[in-house]
Amino acid sequence: MRDRITFVLNNQVEQVSGLAGDTTLLNWLRQTKRLTGSKEGCGEGDCGACTVVVARRRADGGMRWHPVNACIQFMGMLEGASVTTIEGLQSAGAGGGGLPDGQLHPCQQVMVGHHGSQCGFCTPGFVMSLFAAWCNGDGLAAPDIDTTLAGNLCRCTGYRPIVEAAAALEVRAIPPQFERQRREIEASLMAAIAHDETVCLSDGRRSFTAPTSLEGFAQSYAQTPGATIVSGATDVGLWVTKQNRHLPNMIWTGRVRGFDRVERSGAHWRIGPAVTHETAMTTLADGRPDLGEVMRRFGSTQVRASGTVCGNIANGSPIGDLPPMLIALAAEIELVGPASNRRLPLESFFIDYGRQDREADEFVAAILVPVTPTPLFRAYKISKRFDQDISAVLGAFSVTVSGRRITSARVAFGGMAATPKRAAAAEAALTGAALEISAFEAAAAALTADFTPISDMRASAGYRLQVAANLMLKYGLDVTGAPVPRLTGAGLSAHDLRATPTGTG
Amino acid sequence: MAGKGIAGDIRTAREHDSAHKHVSGTAVYVDDIRVPDDTLVVLIGQSPHAHARITGIDLSAVAAADGVVAVLTHADIPGRNDCSPVYGDDPILAEDVVSYAGQAVFAIVAETMRAARDALPLAKIDYDPLAAVLTIEDAMRAGSWLGPSVTMESGSPDSALAGAPLHLSGRIEIGGQEHFYLEGQAALAIPGEDGDMTLHCSTQHPSEIQHKAADCLGVPNHAVTVETRRMGGAFGGKESQGSLPALLAALAARRTGRPAKTVYDRDDDFMLTGKRHDFRIDYDVGFDSEGRIQAVLFEQALRCGMSWDLSEAIAARAMCHADNAYHIPHMRVVSHRCRTHTQSNTAFRGFGGPQGMVGIERVIDQVAHHLGLDPLVVRQRNFYPHKFSAGTVKGRTPYGQVVEDCILQDIVPRLAADADYEARRAEIEAFNRTGGMIRRGIALTPVKFGISFNTTFLNQAGALVHVYSDGSVHLNHGGTEMGQGLNTKVAQIVAHEFQIDFDVVKITATNTGKVPNTSATAASSGTDLNGMAAQAAARTIKSRMREFLAEQHQCMPDSVTFANGRVRAGGAQMSFAEAVKACYLGRISLSATGFYATPKIHWDKARSCGRPFYYYAYGAAVTEVATDLLTGENRILRTDILHDVGRSLNPAIDIGQIEGGFVQGAGWLTTEELVWDEAGRLRTHAPSTYKIPACADRPPVFNVALFDDGENTEDTIHKSKAVGEPPLMLAISVLMALSHALESVGDDYPMLDAPATPERLCLAARRLGGPGIALGDK
Ligand SMILES: Cc1cc2nc3c(=O)[nH]c(=O)nc-3n(C[C@H](O)[C@H](O)[C@H](O)COP(=O)(O)OP(=O)(O)OC[C@H]3O[C@@H](n4cnc5c(N)ncnc54)[C@H](O)[C@@H]3O)c2cc1C
Ligand code: FES
Ligand code: FES
Repeated sequence: MRDRITFVLNNQVEQVSGLAGDTTLLNWLRQTKRLTGSKEGCGEGDCGACTVVVARRRADGGMRWHPVNACIQFMGMLEGASVTTIEGLQSAGAGGGGLPDGQLHPCQQVMVGHHGSQCGFCTPGFVMSLFAAWCNGDGLAAPDIDTTLAGNLCRCTGYRPIVEAAAALEVRAIPPQFERQRREIEASLMAAIAHDETVCLSDGRRSFTAPTSLEGFAQSYAQTPGATIVSGATDVGLWVTKQNRHLPNMIWTGRVRGFDRVERSGAHWRIGPAVTHETAMTTLADGRPDLGEVMRRFGSTQVRASGTVCGNIANGSPIGDLPPMLIALAAEIELVGPASNRRLPLESFFIDYGRQDREADEFVAAILVPVTPTPLFRAYKISKRFDQDISAVLGAFSVTVSGRRITSARVAFGGMAATPKRAAAAEAALTGAALEISAFEAAAAALTADFTPISDMRASAGYRLQVAANLMLKYGLDVTGAPVPRLTGAGLSAHDLRATPTGTG
Repeated sequence: MAGKGIAGDIRTAREHDSAHKHVSGTAVYVDDIRVPDDTLVVLIGQSPHAHARITGIDLSAVAAADGVVAVLTHADIPGRNDCSPVYGDDPILAEDVVSYAGQAVFAIVAETMRAARDALPLAKIDYDPLAAVLTIEDAMRAGSWLGPSVTMESGSPDSALAGAPLHLSGRIEIGGQEHFYLEGQAALAIPGEDGDMTLHCSTQHPSEIQHKAADCLGVPNHAVTVETRRMGGAFGGKESQGSLPALLAALAARRTGRPAKTVYDRDDDFMLTGKRHDFRIDYDVGFDSEGRIQAVLFEQALRCGMSWDLSEAIAARAMCHADNAYHIPHMRVVSHRCRTHTQSNTAFRGFGGPQGMVGIERVIDQVAHHLGLDPLVVRQRNFYPHKFSAGTVKGRTPYGQVVEDCILQDIVPRLAADADYEARRAEIEAFNRTGGMIRRGIALTPVKFGISFNTTFLNQAGALVHVYSDGSVHLNHGGTEMGQGLNTKVAQIVAHEFQIDFDVVKITATNTGKVPNTSATAASSGTDLNGMAAQAAARTIKSRMREFLAEQHQCMPDSVTFANGRVRAGGAQMSFAEAVKACYLGRISLSATGFYATPKIHWDKARSCGRPFYYYAYGAAVTEVATDLLTGENRILRTDILHDVGRSLNPAIDIGQIEGGFVQGAGWLTTEELVWDEAGRLRTHAPSTYKIPACADRPPVFNVALFDDGENTEDTIHKSKAVGEPPLMLAISVLMALSHALESVGDDYPMLDAPATPERLCLAARRLGGPGIALGDK
């Protein structure tokens, strides 16, 4: 086991040791390296001012440049990766040249040219989000740009000039010579530092361990009672930055071989502990556009690049977006511990607020999602803001139909109870009923028996109940042939709304 | 003649002077300043109670904690314990009573932020909770006001109201708004010799911090220097609220002899600082069947929070905008300044104007609904007369100022035509009549916004210009850069004056040692005031140069010209640098200050009348929205704006202010909701719960144009107009469009409050008899 981490920073190899395991990348950059171009606007992954780009090799060998919120990324998560900060854009780094003095990188140039900065505080983050998309060659086109930038808040510009900068960048898709050189150097440095040992970053008081094998992971976890499992740290990071919690030992899933895989396992897709939302999206959303749309709105590009499916379930949150959808899809969860290896329906994992059916020594080894098509699956996410907002209510629905009769129904809600929860009374009202709007109206009314929601800063109890019932009605309209046009989705216009059928009144 | 030859002249779309630094991460904000390794951090210990008596403070465990260097309470303040801008009612650190949840009670000075945060829970403070007044409702019931209610009156409102053929009345509640500048409050204090203190602050008001810091340290003003290079956004939130972090940093530096900085994290920033005032506006309106408004009575109740801060002037501006663009002959506005146990609300882009305007726009909208008229028609019927209408028909505002420059008659029809308002409104109404779950709405709303500080003496500014012997120019003025492009515009003005390229002018940090006794950069007046002052300074130098060169080259001073980087005197022609060199050798002073005070304005606070504003800025917006009746989700589909900036100094910067202001205003009226719990604790204190517009929330079709016939009728800097605040109010069109969408649901007027969240819209649609599941009373 190595007691240091090795990664690439702006195309220079960095070795770091003796650091507290919960040190965030942003604090290290700003305080230790005095690279102050990355800003802190919130310290919780919401504003994007701290965005840096982390390059990692994908399972298929290709390179992927992830925009990452440095404020909630632990240093240990960088082992073997390449980090580019705003300061790194104008130089090719170790051994390589760079842009002539003062010349801007195309991602910077377009922002200047389109008046994309006013106060400038958000700007490095935007530039880095654009840089990631530009390197990956996706996300800059008009319908995608809002999604690409959903994790970057700007309070000054109103975004229009930034979006135009992105459009101008898209046209300049071909990387100039120095950029090709930068990427070559990046790849060769990453190859040079790659190794297969477990690493542990610790200052003697707080440690962060990144095992490389399943056995190593299981062993570490078993031998360190009270250790915290970390996957994407999009929750755990906030425990540190927001709650100042002390986590003496963290163990990371992200480096374990095979944990990042989505694979077919019998009648299920098996989603490993380190599979990010970004990776899982293509599989999960296949044939289920609503799931795709909720995932598109899930956090931001940055959050989806780090956050994991298993983390979204393991955290037990009553307002997580995936649990109700996966429950409606009859997903299962696989738990593994020193003495156990069990599978249970996802809904029974959530026992009560803050309580899940997981022994202290078990970890979530996979989420299993049936491969069966679910043509009548729909999901609706209700939040104050469309993009990057935690749901006030999320309703997920899936019925099967035979003839014109509903043969089975799975309905689950987030935000309506202390856990993500199935709506038993509503399901009962639907099951066996004719596939007509009246069935859904009855099921909607039955929701009052299923839920007694609370009021909080996201919504009142009254609205939660009303909107949940209305979502059931909406679902009914959707599956009985009178779909209500959606107000969300990339590139929506008044024209779309005019062109689409308008439902019934 | 404007030289077409110099780079970055006025009227060109010169990019922000710091744009290159913004995009490369080299623009330095307070927390980025390279500091010595022994710099300390300051963390504030806050009150958990909205209102309580402090019965005991034991900070010994905090002081003894690892990495803690000092702990400060009010007893450690050598001078005055006050950080208020006007009234002396904001303690830096609470003494025996706390008046809001979040209030600063003590401060930890530590080696690292981690050490400070670890020590925070070790504080033992005993509180005896007291009854708290939290909302406008509570305050009005309890008679909890900061001062007497103020009345503004014109004509005979009571009898005019009684005599009007038609009447309506109602109430609108308008939520507050968090500034959410991306850079939180920040200050760095560096102690010097003789008890001197240098402060680097993210503030709109360096002079005020200088004066407050001197008072709290017990030293003369001259011992404190405040410098501000730039802010990462401010929007009014750094007009007065920057004092607390700066004063604590100064106290920490004084106490320890080491540099110290206070940088609020986002949650602390939300909890500690004031916000835009929430308002409750009650109204009675009398009008005729054509929609001509004869009389309006407004009662504006605003939540000021626990102290005055700038609330008095904000309340005054809200009153002065209760008419917006409408000439209403009989009007009374009563303003109740509610005192509550919450954050002390403060300046925010528009400074009360937006809330005042929402009130009258709601009234007009409801009148139009009542009469079955297009609200645009009603609006137009009530506009102040056009600037070219004969003298006697000019309108007079309720506060007695004659509106001499109204151009809405030019702007509004042009915008309505460009945006195809009429046809789209007809199409939308037809669409809504088909009775779908999605309803659309459209509204055109105007803005008339008064420019100048309501408080007359603040309308002054100074500048300092040096020309060095190589011809390069050092520019300094009292205004501060918060992203609005002030420094760029002022540098353009100076470059234009000397007829040299923009890049020859060095923009430097605002510094109380260079230009003293400045006003806050606020009230949209930054360029109006500082641009004039800088121009005056440059002109002083120019005239000295002219005189010298005229003598040297045997011509009249007036015949010496500066154009396109060259200076001509008699038969001679030289570069600007050569001319400067010659002047220097001729022992001519090449440094000058400039000063400007806005003419014509005066304000009688006691009677709420006078001419508070030098001129008005105008604009109008058309917004189309859609909402889903089942969920209340909504979005903007298109916005068209035509806005008057006089003759633009920099069209790119002006467009940027308009777009940014609009989107910020749209956030205020839709997704941005501040929620306090029953104990008075703010529950939305981070971007996870407080939702400012994201990229996808901007209008997907966003046509923004400058009114190209614009020209200030007053003698402002190059005939331009202020642009910082007015565009925010263009977003009132969003609220009115949402209301329009709901009008199609039932017969009643929707009576929509702000912010129009999905919850408000969904429940309003239900109330109006819209579709959805009836749930009974559960
Ligand atoms: C800005 C922002 C926006 C967000 N938006 C959304 C949103 O729209 N919708 C939503 O649902 N969530 C949202 N989240 C929450 C969060 O991103 C998700 O819950 C995410 O999926 C968590 O995954 P992670 O891998 O980052 O978890 P981590 O933070 O690494 O871990 C979360 C929890 O799960 C535990 N854990 C992780 N993996 C395992 C495992 N394999 N076995 C056992 N325990 C494990 C951890 O110990 C911890 O308790 C948001 C978060 C942020 C910061
Ligand atoms: S600082 Fe806001 S996302 Fe990191
Ligand atoms: S430019 Fe100020 S926040 Fe984006």
